[in-house]
Amino acid sequence: MSTVSPSAVSAKPSAPTAPTASAGAELALHGVRLGHPDGVAVPGPVDLRIAPGELLTVVGPSGCGKTTLLRTLAGLLPPLEGRVTQDGEPIRRPGADRALVFQHDALLPWRSVRANVELPLAIRRVPRAERRGSAEEWLERVGLGGHARKLPHQLSGGQRQRVQLARALAARPRAVLMDEPFGALDAHTRAGMQDLLVEILRGTGATVVFVTHDVDEAIHLGDRVALFATGDVLGVPHPRVRDARQAPDTAALRRRVLDSL
Amino acid sequence: MSAASRRTGATSAGRRLVRVASPLAALGIWQLLTSYDVNLWLRFEQFPTVVEVASALGDRIGTEAYWQDLGHSLRRIAVGFLLAAVLGVAAGTAVARSRWAADILGPLVEVVRPIPAIALVPVAILLLPSNEQGIVFITCAAALFPVLVSTRHAVRALNPVWEEAVLTLGGSRARVLFSVVLPGALPGIFGGLSVGIGVSWICVISAEMISGEYGVGYRTWQDYTVVDYPGVFVGMATIGALGWLTSTAVETLGRRVTAWLPRPTARVPAGVPARAAGTPASIASASASVSAVRRPEKEPVP
Repeated sequence: MSTVSPSAVSAKPSAPTAPTASAGAELALHGVRLGHPDGVAVPGPVDLRIAPGELLTVVGPSGCGKTTLLRTLAGLLPPLEGRVTQDGEPIRRPGADRALVFQHDALLPWRSVRANVELPLAIRRVPRAERRGSAEEWLERVGLGGHARKLPHQLSGGQRQRVQLARALAARPRAVLMDEPFGALDAHTRAGMQDLLVEILRGTGATVVFVTHDVDEAIHLGDRVALFATGDVLGVPHPRVRDARQAPDTAALRRRVLDSL
Repeated sequence: MSAASRRTGATSAGRRLVRVASPLAALGIWQLLTSYDVNLWLRFEQFPTVVEVASALGDRIGTEAYWQDLGHSLRRIAVGFLLAAVLGVAAGTAVARSRWAADILGPLVEVVRPIPAIALVPVAILLLPSNEQGIVFITCAAALFPVLVSTRHAVRALNPVWEEAVLTLGGSRARVLFSVVLPGALPGIFGGLSVGIGVSWICVISAEMISGEYGVGYRTWQDYTVVDYPGVFVGMATIGALGWLTSTAVETLGRRVTAWLPRPTARVPAGVPARAAGTPASIASASASVSAVRRPEKEPVP
């Protein structure tokens, strides 16, 4: 996403925050040991730098600590050892800069779809009228313009994830941390959601860390793929190009990622 | 009109008929037993007939004293119950959210909770300057614990993902409290409020009987001491009607503020009071089904 052109930035809906605030954050882990204080630590120290505006996908088998990585980056969980930083500053607590998108059921079920999307704007004390307009625009962008007044349980799983995307992006976070956001969706819906994600991330400039256990999803979406098990970070030859699936270098990367699992 | 909706319409009319017929039949049996002075181990000679009670009620309704008593009891309930609701929700939330509050309040709550509120009458007399305040105190103590305990459970059962979502959107502790904890716990809180309003009535009437100067309970006891049995039954009917009215109000409010809960639709025919969503049992089952959905899918640690 680092190749976003300025014209693409100006095409987005009226930003409630200053343009500088929506530039991507640099996230880094320096010799970090991940884990819960009273649980099992994730093996191996992690050293990782995620460039501003980059889309890094993280692949690994289920239960290897990918979610722990995201929660640590979000600031919900302090690292057992080492330093976690955003633009060189240590991350101590969760904040609006780093939105977390959950696998599912993270919408507040008593709030309408629109009220859910308005929530981060309300937290930022955006005036009511502006926040309503902004939420409507985001819902249009994720293709749910007509569903603003519904409650989350009245939507399908895929629709709910689209609302979560809109909510996470509405306040223009500088980084978006995504925890298998499409993991519970069927293959067809999942491909549509990937296209939508690429579409709506275009122009936000946000840094994205996208955790998945689906190798094809990781290779399609990422600028780079981090292999959680080995700690390798591999460059993706053709990021977000659907037609590049059969390309030899993509196939080689795919084999390498699969071997690591 | 489709055949299906005609059929549900018929069912609803039938059920309504049963609902009206059941109390009428009870009144009819009462009238028969008492007017024939039946004495079959249970003795009905002294028991007032329905007609006597009805005429006593007719007389009482015309008097100012009746409405004055009613007003006194209602005011005591309103103040005591509202106090209990506020204190119970605040304390229940604190105990569930803060280790300090749990350590400080937890043992106190567990020790005071088993004491029947009406047994606190001596405490009320010692502590409070007036009878009136004592009755409100008893009413409040009665409703406090059901509200506190169900709030505590509801807050503990909240899906942690909601809180984390709000935190990573930049929300403060206060934002989490007012946007996640309280709205999310409302179904459980209303379960406690429904139980609490019932217990409040029991205790306000008892307290009035012991130490009141006005009020429906006081009047009922007075009628008993002067052997005015129809008057006693007027008092009982009044208590029943008031209790029904107030608990319906609580349940209606509860249904309204928890309208977001996913509920099976069109199962209960329109027009029949639906299986009350605000009753403790159904609230518990509703929140249980919600929390079943809420269970985190993934353990954050391998």
